[in-house]
Amino acid sequence: MRQHFDQELQRLVDEVLRLGSEVEEHITKMTDAFISRDLITSQRMIEADKAINERRIQIGLDCLTLVATQQPMARDMRLIGSVLEIVGELERIHDYVKGMGKISLNLGEGPILPSLDQYLPEMAEIGREMLYQALKAFANRDIDLAKRVPAMDDEVDALFNQLYADIVDYVKSEPEQIHRANQLEWALHNLERTADRTINICEWVIYMVAGVYTEMNMGEYEAPPNKVA
Amino acid sequence: MTNSTTQHTNGNTDYAIEAKDLHIYYGNFRAVKDVDLQFRPRQITALIGPSGCGKSTVLRAFNRMNDLIPVARAEGEILFHGKNIYDEDVDPVEVRRRVGMVFQKPNPFPKSIYENVAWGARINGFKGNKAEMDALVEESLRDAAVWDEVKDKLDQSGLSLSGGQQQRLCIARTIAIRPEIILMDEPASALDPISTLRIEELIQELKKNYTILIVTHNMQQAARDSEFTAFFNMDEDRAGYLVEFDKTNELFTNPKNELTEQYITGRFG
Repeated sequence: MRQHFDQELQRLVDEVLRLGSEVEEHITKMTDAFISRDLITSQRMIEADKAINERRIQIGLDCLTLVATQQPMARDMRLIGSVLEIVGELERIHDYVKGMGKISLNLGEGPILPSLDQYLPEMAEIGREMLYQALKAFANRDIDLAKRVPAMDDEVDALFNQLYADIVDYVKSEPEQIHRANQLEWALHNLERTADRTINICEWVIYMVAGVYTEMNMGEYEAPPNKVA
Repeated sequence: MTNSTTQHTNGNTDYAIEAKDLHIYYGNFRAVKDVDLQFRPRQITALIGPSGCGKSTVLRAFNRMNDLIPVARAEGEILFHGKNIYDEDVDPVEVRRRVGMVFQKPNPFPKSIYENVAWGARINGFKGNKAEMDALVEESLRDAAVWDEVKDKLDQSGLSLSGGQQQRLCIARTIAIRPEIILMDEPASALDPISTLRIEELIQELKKNYTILIVTHNMQQAARDSEFTAFFNMDEDRAGYLVEFDKTNELFTNPKNELTEQYITGRFG
């Protein structure tokens, strides 16, 4: 029974995964472009945001159509509600990608701090991996994985703090570069927020599976997925 | 909130009415088994479940309407003010006065609108004069949200009204005898969507004064209208049983039982 509805729900899930993996890819691309001062790719990432927004809206409208036409209950309702929230988070994550693109253009072609060159890709890679794992948890309805992903944010935060300190040192040593430093700090901030948004996705995955929404606060995470035996 | 399905307190006055270990038979066939359910005063509880799961049978047990079926019998207890309504010294007519019922198909008497409301009160011992009866009829029709539509034609036949108006007239007839509990068996299933919503609005109003049990096939109606929902299913012997009882918000968003989940999401039933 309800084969058509089940197909529609599966299509929603597939659309979220497609959108999510594109956002994932753009996190990496944008960070690489930022490091290599590739202004063309930076510009492309800014432009790509429009399509991401449109797809997010379309998935949201599809959700609302299903609410109106299928009157979803229980597990179905939680899936649709979670998809609505998750696509919102994906769109916001891509706004951070776009933000980095704009900063990249503002910075021009000159080099950035060596420590950012060295660690920003690592930070981006952890953020991307978090998103990948969160989407995997969503696809597999894996509540255990969704609970473990947020712990990876500790590494992101540690890198953030370290790079933030480097930027502060940069300002101290070259006060006339304060505007440039400020831009770098914003780029760093964008990357760090990406991980926070991914935690929100995990919270919605848990709601979707268990029917209970709980905010996952700092320090209360379960072991990260790469520490799973 | 206490899990009402597991609480067994003899004659607990927190409850308007309760079923304890209720089994209902039609001859040798057990139609309903093991029902324990408690209803708090002035709350709406929806009884849902697939066809044949016994939900209407359970509903009718609460005012001994099943007595009218010769082969039907109930085992267990239905406690109303601490008294089992199936005790030998209980008059079923008195039970039905205090536990009123509204049926699926509006069934006004072939009499005037006025008489439809006045009659029940009269046979239940209403002793007032004409002016007092007029007042009771008006109040009941007002409470049933149909007064404005019928006030100028009270002497016309109740059958002249639309389906939705007839059903509200029947509700007026039920509340004219001041029951404590109103049982509703699919009260809107024979009505169009607008009339259905009017009945649903009315039910919300009635809740202020009455405890309401409503059997419905319409899941959205159960979700919209009730505070508690009881989900029934039938076992392999076709005996109906209670699967899950919970706050409506909880049951429709996060049911505990997989059968409930399957039913409310339309995967079985």
